[in-house]
Amino acid sequence: MTEDAAVLGAGVPDAPAGGWRTATVSGVRRPIQRSVQLRLDVHDRIDHLPGQHYVVRLTAEDGYTAQRSYSVASAPGDPLVELFVERLDDGEVSTHLADVVEPGDELEVRGPIGGWFVWDGTAPALLVAGGAGVVPFVSMLRHARAIGRDDLLRIAVSARTMAQLPYAEELVAAGALVVLTREQYGIRPAGRLRAEELLPLWEEGQTAYVCGSAAFAEAATQLLVASGRPAASIRVERFGPSGGPA
Amino acid sequence: MPGPTRGFLGRRRDRDPRLPPGQYDAGSDWPVLTAEPTPRIAPETWSITVDGAVEAPATWTWDEAHALPRSEYRGDIHCVTTWSKFGTWFAGVSVDTLLDAVRPTADAHFVMATSKTGYTTNLPVEHVTGGRAWIVWEYDGKPLPIEHGGPVRLLVPHLYFWKSAKWISKLTLLHRDQPGFWEQNGYHDLGDPWRQQRYQGD
Repeated sequence: MTEDAAVLGAGVPDAPAGGWRTATVSGVRRPIQRSVQLRLDVHDRIDHLPGQHYVVRLTAEDGYTAQRSYSVASAPGDPLVELFVERLDDGEVSTHLADVVEPGDELEVRGPIGGWFVWDGTAPALLVAGGAGVVPFVSMLRHARAIGRDDLLRIAVSARTMAQLPYAEELVAAGALVVLTREQYGIRPAGRLRAEELLPLWEEGQTAYVCGSAAFAEAATQLLVASGRPAASIRVERFGPSGGPA
Repeated sequence: MPGPTRGFLGRRRDRDPRLPPGQYDAGSDWPVLTAEPTPRIAPETWSITVDGAVEAPATWTWDEAHALPRSEYRGDIHCVTTWSKFGTWFAGVSVDTLLDAVRPTADAHFVMATSKTGYTTNLPVEHVTGGRAWIVWEYDGKPLPIEHGGPVRLLVPHLYFWKSAKWISKLTLLHRDQPGFWEQNGYHDLGDPWRQQRYQGD
């Protein structure tokens, strides 16, 4: 790159933002191992755009706090906010959410947050996710279905195995390209996402959204760039032990 | 502050005094978090421009920047996503050196940092002067890795790390503050980790 790119995010409209709220845990589900889905009744909630995230803050008796960001899986029209939390063995917040939290508990949350990695339901989008990176795309998919615009979305998801793919049934039902790196899926042998697999998902005017671990996001993004997609049309959300911006 | 969370004990009872509130020690990890594709920038095509409210706008190439007095930072860095990393070692040139050359006008109170990717972040001038900000191309004695902003990034270690723009290419002095990329997206305009200025309104 020799010329500087246009200002990143220029022309992207402001997204809704909310402050600290109390949420009552309404449902706790563990459909796949090492993770938890929390359904939250957020008091005085500000509706999110698909792709935005929430912060959850835990407070100990002595006032010590720990907070982490989690993507929202629910659609804006859902009366509850659904967070998907991957349980990290050394995760101070995720172990509490996965092992301790029960329906009826109150949690302190802040959101929605983020205005870049969002989809407002009006333009074609290619969604490429690795592992728990599917979560913001589940929100986009649910929103698309709710407004009758699922024709705008093309989805590719990658996981080690089907059992480790969050929201697998929902994604498969939506026609997502499923890539498994450790097991065969249909006639597709185990292996990483390839550029030619993304080609049929291309459409004029698409914005590409890539979400996953730093390694997945980097690899998927480079596939898109190498295939000729302009860097300016690609939005990336990388998460490691933490999510959000650096 | 609301009451405690039922059943939450918290793990790290002996807080390292180097950790700002709400942060944890990432140890040897250095998470990579960016909003855009990683650009491939050859050092021979990289340059840094300082313009805007200055008397003498200037651009330095890779070689010209390296000919400036070397300056180092040894210390900690803090990401808004709650990791902190202790004892980092960066080297490059002090932003003071660049500003001394371009001579900001008296009414230049803010800086917009711009990356090759179009990423932007805004900073008050007093937070990039006085030996508190660098343009760096070296980490731990080696070239700065591309995923961490190489060949050259901004380093403002006393603020949350999104202020330390990767793949830096321009500093523009401004009369008035303007929000950068994350600042437009709900993050704080200053971002002081010791005051937990994570989001607008904190």
